[in-house]
Amino acid sequence: MKRHLLSTEDLGRDDALLVLDTAERMARVAEASVRKLPTLRGRTVVNLFFEDSTRTRTSFEVAAKRLSADVINFSARGSSVSKGESLKDTAQTLEAMGADAVVCRHPASGAPHRLASWVRGSVVNAGDGTHEHPTQALLDAFTMRRRLGRIEGLRVTIVGDVLHSRVARSNVWLLATLGASVTVVAPPTLLPLGVSSWPVEVSYNLDAVLPKSDVVMMLRVQRERMSAAFFPTEREYSRRYGLDVDRAANLPEHALVMHPGPMVRGMEIASQVADSARSTVVEQVANGVSVRMAVLYLLLGGSGEVV
Amino acid sequence: MAAAAPGDPVSRRPGAARTVLSADDITRIVSRMAHQILEKTTGGAGVVLLGIPTRGVPLAHRLVRRVHAVEGVDLPVGSLDPTMYRDDLRLRGVRPLEVTEIPDGGVDGKVVILVDDVLFSGRTVRAALDALAAYGRPRAVQLAVLVDRGHRELPIRADYVGKNMPTSRRELVAVRLREVDGGDGVLILPPTSGPTSPSGPTSTDEPSGRDQQ
Repeated sequence: MKRHLLSTEDLGRDDALLVLDTAERMARVAEASVRKLPTLRGRTVVNLFFEDSTRTRTSFEVAAKRLSADVINFSARGSSVSKGESLKDTAQTLEAMGADAVVCRHPASGAPHRLASWVRGSVVNAGDGTHEHPTQALLDAFTMRRRLGRIEGLRVTIVGDVLHSRVARSNVWLLATLGASVTVVAPPTLLPLGVSSWPVEVSYNLDAVLPKSDVVMMLRVQRERMSAAFFPTEREYSRRYGLDVDRAANLPEHALVMHPGPMVRGMEIASQVADSARSTVVEQVANGVSVRMAVLYLLLGGSGEVV
Repeated sequence: MAAAAPGDPVSRRPGAARTVLSADDITRIVSRMAHQILEKTTGGAGVVLLGIPTRGVPLAHRLVRRVHAVEGVDLPVGSLDPTMYRDDLRLRGVRPLEVTEIPDGGVDGKVVILVDDVLFSGRTVRAALDALAAYGRPRAVQLAVLVDRGHRELPIRADYVGKNMPTSRRELVAVRLREVDGGDGVLILPPTSGPTSPSGPTSTDEPSGRDQQ
């Protein structure tokens, strides 16, 4: 494991599997009557969030606290200082506070990379712009492996706003590394320019892909990141790319429906599908804590030297 | 580590690995320990065995099989990974985690026997006691080890000892078990010269800050 977790694109297969295996052990802790470990006692984890995110921040906070680390929530939202400068100032402040790890979410792609060059501790990317969200991809992979027993050879379909989705990017790289075959389905306007260079198949027809999917991952349409009209109406989007009850019926019996949350029910996913037995939405949240515990343990649990 | 295989010509050279317990010795010792457990716990009433990974786990299973062969009772058996409770995590690179498997019925009110291959500093057992507390409150905790090599750094002793083996602190005791290593045997390896850790024979009861057995 490297010193930072910034993206899944540069995460090797062995390291990815190490995270998943460690997360499996961490999940067992949740079954013990005392769900707290002394492992990271005396370590400080700073949650540095430049963007709203209740679930990811809380997940990291719970993970760090279960490992007995001290957690500081540093919400930097609304700062009017220019981005580069303020980030560096913040980095120096955290450095002075003795942060062992900084969990960073930032609206600008690449901000955690920058941060990593300024601090002595480990940096965990908790979502940067439209770039990556590695722990989400790791928890998705962990969920698939727990439910279906493997990742290699799985046919995973990622549907929706791929253009703005760091979750999709992180999943594409990680799943390719772990040997799954990924298909992205989206309106042409919501696919990034470089998608042809990704290790994925591209389709515009959800109905054709669903019967051949072991996992279908629905993405939220990120209205807040859209500055132009990417599709005519929400109703049209929903009818062509939403996962409703009829569509879900075309999935193989064992197939999973995943969503990173927050869901827009009725838009990209129907309520009945989101609450069905094949949906892993709630599991993903629980698995998120296990995976983040694993990441924090692997980054902070040793002497800090590269193994 | 090639020099460690039992019967290897290298082991006859002075200063090289020497075999101190053969496969047959281990079988006899495990059998005796199983009898001792039955004797001390009056037939194994309320006993749960928890092996400390890696090699404590197959040892615990062997003891349970032996107990079954003698008295026909099936004792619950599982594993307990103390890694995240160690006090020396920051002294070296991050350690991989092992499996914790508490048998059905839990540990509350039970007599838990922790099983490990080598007792050395006692720090692993200390960590295991803490780990155990997260899973419940046993009526009593006992300790069974295949080899006790002394050099305790904590006030911990074993209730069942396979073999007392006085060693120098710098020597290395390597327990080989069929289930993990493909063959049974206990070897003493000569002191390692550098700080580099030997890759083959490792178990988890290490003295503080070193990576030796």
